[in-house]
Amino acid sequence: MIRRLPHVDRVGIEERAAQLGKRSIKAAAKQQGIRLAVSMVDLTTLEGADTPGKVRHLCAKAVCPAPTMPEIPSVAAVCVYSSLVATAKAALHGTGVKTASVATGFPAGQVSLAAKLKDTEDAVAAGADEIDMVISREAFLAGDDARVQQEIVAVKERAGDAHLKVILETVELGSYDHVRHASMLAMEAGADFIKTSTGKAAAGATPGVCLVMLEAIRDYAERTGRIVGFKAAGGVSTSKAALHRLVLVKETLGEEWLTPDRIRIGASSVLNDLLMQYAKTETGRYGRSEDYSRE
Amino acid sequence: MSRVQVRKTYKLWIGGAFVRSESGRYDEAAGVNYPRASRKDVRDAVAAARKAAGPWAARTAYNRGQILYRAAEALESNRGRFASSDEVDASVDVLLHYAGWTDKLHAVLGCVNPVAAPFLSFSLPEPTGVVGIVAPDAPPLLGVVAELAPALAAGNVAVAILSETDPLPGLDLAEALGVSDVPAGVVNLLSGRRHELATALGGHRDLNAIVDAAGDPGLATELDKLAAETIKRVRHGAAVTTYEDATDDALTRLEAVTELKTAWHPVGA
Amino acid sequence: MTTHTRTGITWDYAPAPESADHIRIQDRYGLFLDGEFKDPRDGRYVPTINPATEEPVAEVAHGGPDDVTAAVASARAAQAKWAALEDLERAKYLFRIARLIQERSRELAVVETLDGGKPLRESRDVDIPLAAAHFFHYAGWADKLRYGVNAREVRPLGVVGQIVPWNFPLLMAAWKLAPALACGNVAILKPAETTPLTALLLAEICQEAELPPGVVTILPGDGSTGASLVRGVGGNRVDKIAFTGSTAVGRDIQAALAGTDTRLTLELGGKSANIVFEDAALDQAVEGIVNGIFYNQGHVCCAGSRLLIQESVRDEVIAKLWQRMGRLRVGDPMDKNTDVGAINSAEQLSRIEALVAAGEDEGATRRSIDCELPERGYWFAPTLFTDASPAHRIAVEEIFGPVVSVLTFRTQAEAIEKANNSRYGLAAGIWTDKGAKAFEVASALKAGVVWQNTYNHFDPTAAFGGYKESGFGREGGPAGLRPYLNVVR
Repeated sequence: MIRRLPHVDRVGIEERAAQLGKRSIKAAAKQQGIRLAVSMVDLTTLEGADTPGKVRHLCAKAVCPAPTMPEIPSVAAVCVYSSLVATAKAALHGTGVKTASVATGFPAGQVSLAAKLKDTEDAVAAGADEIDMVISREAFLAGDDARVQQEIVAVKERAGDAHLKVILETVELGSYDHVRHASMLAMEAGADFIKTSTGKAAAGATPGVCLVMLEAIRDYAERTGRIVGFKAAGGVSTSKAALHRLVLVKETLGEEWLTPDRIRIGASSVLNDLLMQYAKTETGRYGRSEDYSRE
Repeated sequence: MSRVQVRKTYKLWIGGAFVRSESGRYDEAAGVNYPRASRKDVRDAVAAARKAAGPWAARTAYNRGQILYRAAEALESNRGRFASSDEVDASVDVLLHYAGWTDKLHAVLGCVNPVAAPFLSFSLPEPTGVVGIVAPDAPPLLGVVAELAPALAAGNVAVAILSETDPLPGLDLAEALGVSDVPAGVVNLLSGRRHELATALGGHRDLNAIVDAAGDPGLATELDKLAAETIKRVRHGAAVTTYEDATDDALTRLEAVTELKTAWHPVGA
Repeated sequence: MTTHTRTGITWDYAPAPESADHIRIQDRYGLFLDGEFKDPRDGRYVPTINPATEEPVAEVAHGGPDDVTAAVASARAAQAKWAALEDLERAKYLFRIARLIQERSRELAVVETLDGGKPLRESRDVDIPLAAAHFFHYAGWADKLRYGVNAREVRPLGVVGQIVPWNFPLLMAAWKLAPALACGNVAILKPAETTPLTALLLAEICQEAELPPGVVTILPGDGSTGASLVRGVGGNRVDKIAFTGSTAVGRDIQAALAGTDTRLTLELGGKSANIVFEDAALDQAVEGIVNGIFYNQGHVCCAGSRLLIQESVRDEVIAKLWQRMGRLRVGDPMDKNTDVGAINSAEQLSRIEALVAAGEDEGATRRSIDCELPERGYWFAPTLFTDASPAHRIAVEEIFGPVVSVLTFRTQAEAIEKANNSRYGLAAGIWTDKGAKAFEVASALKAGVVWQNTYNHFDPTAAFGGYKESGFGREGGPAGLRPYLNVVR
């Protein structure tokens, strides 16, 4: 079956995304925006060198990012490889912060479907509240939309009660037309969230990519009534970038969507910049990295 | 007691950095040492130029014009470095003239082609890429600026071999441009022995064009033969002595370092 | 959106006013004549108003007939020497002006917004940078005229009179002055009555650039000042008139110059069609529709004021458009987050209101967005008319405000026919993902500027001007040189 791609005009979408980056967010609005952004962070560590010790430190930071600024909320979730889910789950017990696990042969996804499903099962068994899976770009780029969707359906079934985020790895897909198409495929296959990137590839959640996906989510919600969330991952490393993404959400979907139930930011270094900018709006001083713990 | 001066060290300008020759060799002029560049320096310069070529060509024509204008500003405000004030005047004016060409080349060299079929066909000039320049011995500043300016205006990057007998003005030009907005690697300036460097440059397979203003017939023939190996675009020009020399034939200079791309697109429903 | 999406979360952007305390506006500006600011001989001083607050910003001299006579004489006296300069030397003055505009860009943007009511974001990001770019571009033509007009010998016309409108005051001044001066002419510029200030700051810039006196004259005034410039006072005519403004005034000017050999170019009104095909990238098309008619409050000669939607996607486009319109932020032009600013004058507001009332009377369905408008100042909420017909006044007459009227079409041929069915022919927009169609429709449209999958993009290199009653002559690119030259051979 020959795929029919939707039309997205790159020049137009990038102009609009850039234009929204010019919104000037000041004072109380900036502080509120930063608190919202913190509450949406999936604090992430996905390194070969991750250990239980590192994960425990990260969980403590996730629960209380800034001990000196108690009005800063906890983040939404901690995101780790499946082998560290149990450690994270234990460390986050009783805190309200979720444990998210990547699965399905993250990041490249170049393993058998059986291996992807086993990976998912292991994460769920270890207690993951959320599963971040990768779509098969190999299938997508070969034009095999059916297989892309079948895999998502199968993983969703294994995920059980855990909510499923589907990572499109947008930089590998080729064009915005493809990003929109992949977004629709994922939503139609049952994704609870669609996510831009693994954070391991050349580019991530650029403003243009985010806008395309948010428009797809909006149109899907209009058409079906079902709300699918959005996660921006990769490249959102400053407070300014995080607020830009919030502006994109507000002006595409509406303020109502500014909740961690619908929007997440997958990141690690952005958290400290959010804290630093928050402190600056309080004190007027430009900050330094030593004032905040790395994790 | 008069103050002891801190003396200047003359350096090559490669990839936006001021470096000595990798060979460690030097020559001397007017009581001053300057680098005697080697084939490897030429290699490094071409590599730096190639790296800068894509981003330079991708800038808007307006932006390139602004950068060339600021290069003129930089040269004007650095006129004290140079012995000949007239030569500085002419060189600044040449940079200004070509700064004004960047966003006009398409109107003059490009066109829409009224083909005898239902297509929109248009032809557009594009930069050829990395341009090698062999500057004349004299005038030492205007001679190299007259070749650099059109190359850059057309969207190319350049590696230039400076005057062999009087390279210091060219190296001072590097310092003036080094504080302008010219991006690293867009202009690379090498001092040393012309024949050694020009043949290394002219034989480099990753060079797109060679502009030879040296006025040496033997070298010119050698460069022609080297160019034939990879079908390089070649232009031999007489040395300029005035602003008019450098700009009266502007279109010829520009065209020599551009490609023309013709595209066709159907017009229909 | 469906009701179950309510979460109760709100996030307002706080007010983000551009700071203006580093900017000094004089209380009073004279005429700029012979390189100096002077009191008007027989004119008077008139306040110029901030349309967002109705407060006066400064007082400005208005030129009377004696001032026009003096201006023409001064310009005449300066012209030969200006034209005799080496081409590159002339270019250097224009390069200086471009650079000075860039250096003073924030000041110019703030004054443009205070004087005219357009959002600061637009004056900062579009008007001022483009004005600098026009001077820079034409500076580079000054010594390349023979390439620009393919001639062996050209001469300037002499003294040109230029009358510019209030919707892009500094930018229109740049569009006029830059090519005129590059070609060796001298110019007398009459800025619009409601927006003289940035032209007067440009006069200061001419002084800073040490432009020879008399090369540029800035003569603020009202319609009568413009008429004196056109007709000449006591037989003293200029060699060319360049006018941007309404078609009605353009007609008067053309009639007034009948039988004379004064050259003329006109850039007049429009009722441009923005055409959305079913195979367009629809979300981007909606952005283009919004940009086409709500940019600068619709005070744009080439505004996409007639929206032609292919019937098969009519409902979807209108739904998306209406939702998008709801996100427009209307209000204080000095707030960096404002999308739609103030209407330029009480007069213009009345015209808009009258035409919108006519639209409702004619039976079209009006929807205006729900926005809080400030108490003082001149404002009009962005408005969408559906169920309009090609015969309706709102589909025929130029409203020059934030009002778009929707018509539908079934086929490409019908779209072209409807688009061309107008006395105007300034611009058009085509939204389709199919290149061949975009080019075919473009070649069939009787419009001087055709935007494909975009709208309201301008560049000094790209010629701009209209067909039919939208005017004649082009500005921008090498085409913009010809109107300012005599080709000798």
